[in-house]
Amino acid sequence: MMGKNLTMLQAITEALDQMLGNDDRVMILGEDIGVNGGVFRSTEGLYEKYGNDRVVDTPLAESGIIGSAIGLALNGMLPIVEIQFLAFIYPGFEQLVSHAARMRYRTRGQFGVPLVIRTPYGAGIRGPELHSESVETFFAHTPGLKVVAPSNPYDAKGLLISALEDPDPVIFWNRLNCIGLLRKKFPTKCTEYQSVKQKWSRRKRSDHFCMGAMLREALNATKKIEAEKGWKCEVVDLRTLYPLDRDTIVQSIKKTGRALIVHEAHKTAGLGAEIISIINDEALIYLKAPIKRVTGFDVPVPPFTIEDHYLPTVDRVKQGIVETISF
Amino acid sequence: MKQHLITDIKTNKNILGCYFMTVQNLGKFAKQIYLKGRNEMEKTGNPIMKAHSSEVEPEMFRVLTPDGEIIETIDGKIDKSLMLKMYESMLLLRTFDRKSINLQRQGRIGTYAPFEGQEASQAGSALALAAGDWMFPTYRDHGAAIIHGQELYRVFLYWMAHFDGSICPEGKRLLPPSVPIATQMLHAVGTAWASKIKGEKNVSIAYFGDGATSEGDFHEALNFAGVYKTPTIFFCQNNGYAISVPFEKQSASKTISQRAAAYDIHGVRVDGNDIFAVWMTVKEAVERALKGEGPTLIEAITFRYGAHTTADNPNIYRDQDEISTFWRENRDPITRLRKYLNKEGHWNEEQEELVLKQFNELIDAHLKKAEGYPKSDPLEMFNHVYAEESWHLKEQKQELNQFLKKGGKK
Repeated sequence: MMGKNLTMLQAITEALDQMLGNDDRVMILGEDIGVNGGVFRSTEGLYEKYGNDRVVDTPLAESGIIGSAIGLALNGMLPIVEIQFLAFIYPGFEQLVSHAARMRYRTRGQFGVPLVIRTPYGAGIRGPELHSESVETFFAHTPGLKVVAPSNPYDAKGLLISALEDPDPVIFWNRLNCIGLLRKKFPTKCTEYQSVKQKWSRRKRSDHFCMGAMLREALNATKKIEAEKGWKCEVVDLRTLYPLDRDTIVQSIKKTGRALIVHEAHKTAGLGAEIISIINDEALIYLKAPIKRVTGFDVPVPPFTIEDHYLPTVDRVKQGIVETISF
Repeated sequence: MKQHLITDIKTNKNILGCYFMTVQNLGKFAKQIYLKGRNEMEKTGNPIMKAHSSEVEPEMFRVLTPDGEIIETIDGKIDKSLMLKMYESMLLLRTFDRKSINLQRQGRIGTYAPFEGQEASQAGSALALAAGDWMFPTYRDHGAAIIHGQELYRVFLYWMAHFDGSICPEGKRLLPPSVPIATQMLHAVGTAWASKIKGEKNVSIAYFGDGATSEGDFHEALNFAGVYKTPTIFFCQNNGYAISVPFEKQSASKTISQRAAAYDIHGVRVDGNDIFAVWMTVKEAVERALKGEGPTLIEAITFRYGAHTTADNPNIYRDQDEISTFWRENRDPITRLRKYLNKEGHWNEEQEELVLKQFNELIDAHLKKAEGYPKSDPLEMFNHVYAEESWHLKEQKQELNQFLKKGGKK
């Protein structure tokens, strides 16, 4: 696997291919994922390779897809559902929160739902209305679900395999405009759900906690800050949004005493608030400055002509770093 | 079962031999009630009354009339021992249901959803299943669950709000009662689909009521089942009311079974208070499913004598005394089978008394077991959220544990 360049998209396709090849119980269900290979082409070639019964073009009904996938999972299959865009998941929300998330609990462990929901999220692809959402909080507020959001192709492949091997339902988010990122080597086994530190320096001044695609903005901003001011930052890519990796968050804050949180979801009741709360519980006395959040605003994602102003940009992140460190 | 005996929506075949309830078939007293009911219907638009007063009442499959007459052949299908099993099953369920209402009134169980009046639908359908079949009941289908193998004490535990009340009996595929309406129908599509993929010879049955047919999941489930030809049985007990809302406010469709035509699946309308007809209909649906002929939508016409739950007052939305009396006196599922069994010499009063005594003892023993069952430990709430406990649940469990150990109160 060394030396291979894969995009996020290719990494996902490779993971799906590998999982379909390894285990007959694996099925992929979704809209336009068969003959068409998916509207983002993430299942391209799989229909031809594995056939109609394993790569299933379903009727256009998200509750139907998720609900029947729950039944498939109850009876021994390993369904991977593609929801075409995150905002289209709402018709299936009841099936996810009222059934998938609770089945193990209400049957006292007798029946589990090993289900993976894979859905692209986020703005920046210049999509029409409701093609750009980032509403992880709805799902990260639901006991029984797990939510992962890889920032890069390497993690995407590993986390997708982890999600499938998980006996519980996992929602796997891939950021729409991460599709072109390149990496050199790729896992063939599962990746730990824990977050990863992307950059480390002993002379760090601030932490960044970010998720999914925001890693790119965070890393670019820290590079610029380092070049302009000589300040070093540690960037933590959370990868798993629920349950959160508290230990890494707390270890990091204990080293730096300052934190900036970057996510593209709306600010109010976003995961940033939960991270601040964790720091408050575990590391309050280490804080040297108030924790800042650079996030999407509390508005519906606006039309794409102005969506870049909704999103956290490198400059907004830079400004956040300056304010946090200069406090 | 002969194909022509069934109301076949798909082929729109005119069915000869189907029994219709008409004024002529009723006795004098019943006729008075019937006419009164008809007037009531005209006043209120009550669909249940309408169903039995209209000259254009949609066809439904019936084998055993309310007078205890057999009007279709049951030879080679229902023998004496099965008849007795059916009868005793219904008696057990009715006894259990009445007992449960009393227990709720005494504060020994929580809010309870009664099913009295629907015993033929529940027992008849469940008796037509095999042990390995998947069952997805609602909160009013513990009758079916009991016949499929759920233990009585667990049903009590469920209504006592004990975690272990939802546990499925060993070797069975019985899911806990579904509370969100119609959602479980899709699960029965998925499990059946998996059975088909794996080549397993079993069916999945989903129970639901007339209200559920308005939900999107009803449509999506029928559509998916039709597309993938899954061995699923959609068993609708049309008792005329979704809590307070009569079926005619629920839908402009005259019947629920006719919806099957839209999905090109098999649809049957059956007298849900005729256990022979229900059993034969479900049995045929099972056979069809196992032959690879896909799903069946069954509409069983029935009536709940009581309230929606023990927290509901049906007098607000219907003339409860009159309509219940009408159904009890003219359409009761147990009475009609008893009449038949008595006539055939298969059953007598002594047997009835003896069996009722045994059932009361059995129910009391299960109640004792449920009431003596170890109470749910508060810390149990943290178990089974995930297969493996995550850090935050471990900590919250510890937090509650320490609080309780220090004498903290709820």
